[in-house]
Amino acid sequence: MLNHYPLWKYILIAMVIASGAFYALPNIYGEDPALQVAASARGVEVDDKTLGRVAKVFESNGIQYRNAKFSSTGLLFRFNNKEDQEKAKKIVEKELGDDYAVALNLATATPQWLLDMNAQPMYLGLDLRGGVYFLMQVDMEAAVIKSVNTYVSDSRTILRKAKVRYLGSKRVSNDIVIRFKSAELREKGVEILQRDMRDLSFTEKEDGKTFILHGRLSETKLKELKLFALKQNITTLRKRIDEKFHGLVEPIIQQQGDDRIVIQLPGIQDTAGAKDILGATATLEYRAVDEEHTVEQALNGRVPAGSKIYYTRERHEGSRVIPSVPVLLKKRVIVTGEHVTNAQAGIDPDTGGAKVNVSLDGYGGKRMGAFTKESVGKRMAVVYLETKQETARDAQGNIIRDENGKAIVKRHTTEEVISNAVIRGHFSNRFETTGLDSVQEANDLSLLLRAGALAAPVYIIEERTIGPSLGQDNIDKGFSSVIIGFIAVLFFMAFWYRKFGMIANFALALNLVIIVAVLSLLQATLTLPGIAGIVLTVGMAVDANVLIFERIREELRNGNSPQNSIHSGYEKALMTIADANITTLIAAFVLFVVGTGPIKGFAVTLSIGIVTSMFTAIMVSRAIVNLLYGGKRIKDVSI
Amino acid sequence: MQILTDTNIKFMTHRKIAMMVSMVLIIISLASLAFRGLQFGLDFTGGTLLEVAYPTEVKLAPIRDKLHANEFNDAIVQHFGSPNEVLIRVAPREGVSNADISTHLFELLRAENSAVENRRVEFVGPQVGEELTETGGIAMLAALVCILIYVALRFEYRFALGSVAALAHDVIIVLGLFSIFGIEFDLTVLAAILAVIGYSLNDTIVVFDRIRENFRKIRKGDAVKVIDASLNQTLSRTLITSLTTLLVLFALFIFGGKLIHGFATALLAGVIVGTYSSVYVASSVLVAMGISKEDLAPVKKEGEQEEEIYEEV
Repeated sequence: MLNHYPLWKYILIAMVIASGAFYALPNIYGEDPALQVAASARGVEVDDKTLGRVAKVFESNGIQYRNAKFSSTGLLFRFNNKEDQEKAKKIVEKELGDDYAVALNLATATPQWLLDMNAQPMYLGLDLRGGVYFLMQVDMEAAVIKSVNTYVSDSRTILRKAKVRYLGSKRVSNDIVIRFKSAELREKGVEILQRDMRDLSFTEKEDGKTFILHGRLSETKLKELKLFALKQNITTLRKRIDEKFHGLVEPIIQQQGDDRIVIQLPGIQDTAGAKDILGATATLEYRAVDEEHTVEQALNGRVPAGSKIYYTRERHEGSRVIPSVPVLLKKRVIVTGEHVTNAQAGIDPDTGGAKVNVSLDGYGGKRMGAFTKESVGKRMAVVYLETKQETARDAQGNIIRDENGKAIVKRHTTEEVISNAVIRGHFSNRFETTGLDSVQEANDLSLLLRAGALAAPVYIIEERTIGPSLGQDNIDKGFSSVIIGFIAVLFFMAFWYRKFGMIANFALALNLVIIVAVLSLLQATLTLPGIAGIVLTVGMAVDANVLIFERIREELRNGNSPQNSIHSGYEKALMTIADANITTLIAAFVLFVVGTGPIKGFAVTLSIGIVTSMFTAIMVSRAIVNLLYGGKRIKDVSI
Repeated sequence: MQILTDTNIKFMTHRKIAMMVSMVLIIISLASLAFRGLQFGLDFTGGTLLEVAYPTEVKLAPIRDKLHANEFNDAIVQHFGSPNEVLIRVAPREGVSNADISTHLFELLRAENSAVENRRVEFVGPQVGEELTETGGIAMLAALVCILIYVALRFEYRFALGSVAALAHDVIIVLGLFSIFGIEFDLTVLAAILAVIGYSLNDTIVVFDRIRENFRKIRKGDAVKVIDASLNQTLSRTLITSLTTLLVLFALFIFGGKLIHGFATALLAGVIVGTYSSVYVASSVLVAMGISKEDLAPVKKEGEQEEEIYEEV
């Protein structure tokens, strides 16, 4: 029978429509203006007491809030309008003071049962919701040079230890150049060096007077090195952003290409504050614990000369808080962070406990070896030092500048003990810290050790900040143009193709719903060009239906029966539609691969639109036509 | 509603005139691109851009004086969209921390008038701009090559050349338009041009599909006649799809806001030129390269299917 779909096709279509509608649903609820409160000082907690305090000042100031809820970052208040929200912020800041951080936010109004089923609204890009975007370049050259320098100093240690005499060892661009007096010495040198430095490949050269050995880093080692520098920077940046904003922003920190990092801070306007993050530096110090004196004595004011009181870093182990305790450390530093080349968390195969493996460079290993030789059974601690910078501001919040227009920055350093362990034996450049409480502690420690090792420098190469009002403007304008364009097309199609036009309109509306559902489900970022892509899809999606309908009209004009015309109209247009859409997909795919940021957003919506439009314009419209006309005797088609 | 049914326009008879028109447009475009060039936006040139809004109308002269007096003597200051909004551009500079420029600019404005609101800041480092120009060009070439291959596989190499000629025609004329009128060429415009490639191709493929089908079906008549027939058969579809696309693009142009203006302009121009080129340019190339029936050996399967349907009538 012509124009009839098997049952399974109807069921499939119904299922797609239902799930499309379901996942598009969260987008109709919109967002509530909200206020987030988090603790910003040590030892301060956000609890029922805080809630009580805030609720009381809201009441006395006549501010209505919709509800208050505890979240992972603290407290979240929802308001009915933006005026209340802004007033509330000032009041809360005054009431709670400096120990708490307060931030304006937009919280989704989607009901919890939808969120539980993983149905969330679309993820809006920064151009739509406001915020800061940074593209940062990691200075890989500096990272490589630092590493090569380590090899140079290591080579000296190794040769000296093996008693192979050499004239000099130095770095020449990315190579290590070692000079020897004779070919025999060089041969011995290569043999020894190759054993300890498997990442280097050696070539020999002569300049007439001396015998030269060229060491070059292997490609895999170089790649590994760059990846390490990149990951290390991402880790450090993430940690600092969380600290700076007290977990109140949801940053996106991603690797882009081999040597770049993208940072997105939604809702943040204070770029100077955000840039302070980049000015922070961290390092490590391995120090001996002063065991001849007690901490109690020192705390009572009798700090021995040559020692200093430090505090351990407060840790969170699930819900348990391990508090900060004082430790007395010797002032003499054994090894600093710049000699740490790697730190990895792992599991101790003997005890099953968590551990951290640490590698030092040649110089660091030598110092560590000399120290541990005489200190087996004693304790050694690691101090984490972080120097943060803050842009100086006056009472109005304006940045203070010197006479050259340069912003004045204040720096302050914090010191925390992150590890305190007994030395079990004599070791030098490779050792492990065992007996840690949990895998989490091992991970935290290795992250801090890596963050404190000298990282490759980063700098901003692209910045985009969108104010919240412009973001809202973009949303409003984007959506109104989608709606207006959509309605114009609906009217035109109904007028031009009558009943079939209405069917195409239904398919088009469904297409829009499915695009929104897919975007919500993928949580792909919707940008302004992304909305433009949707608009373009609306215009082009009807093309498939136009092609089909024009074919049907043609068949009818050729004197075919309505049933046959419908059938062959769909059949004949199919290949054309597929060809036309695949070529457009190719263009969209190229855009996606080559483009960045907003352009990618455009490519994503365009591609999704093309695929969904094929489904709605061909299958769904056909299903309706079949239901209306299939298997019936019809004389006339309303087309 | 039906118009343009059973038209019998002799498109290919006028193809010499159409070719002339196209050649003139392309020469003007290329000349403008060569001598005037494109007014590249910040995305490509690098530099800093600051968009601010005031509650009331503002005059540009005092802002300009203030910035010029404070080490920003290269600052370009202009209204953006309305007299309340101002756009400031500063070229990339060496030595100074680029990240600090935008904050400094904004503070100077705030010192003058505290009601100023920071709408948008963009800073693009020079290396990013250079890369973008390069990848943008590569993107366009890659898209063209991929399409050329696909069409050559699905149809025949002359069809591929025809469609790419039409695409190149469209891209050059849209670029020419941006060059002649000095409209800013930014990242979104580049995206729009790639979308134009997709759209124009879509149109061309539909026409080609019909030409291929007709070459296999129509026994009498030379290539010109077959192509003319195909163009007439697809004419109403070509125009209706262009119309619906233009409808939404006008909506985007009028209601989409300033940031999307260049994008909408490029697509509007591209759709109009693309519609024209899929009728005249692509098909003319086929005729010029002497396409004939023998080049498209009929595929058995499709023909059989068609006959089945006719038998049922």
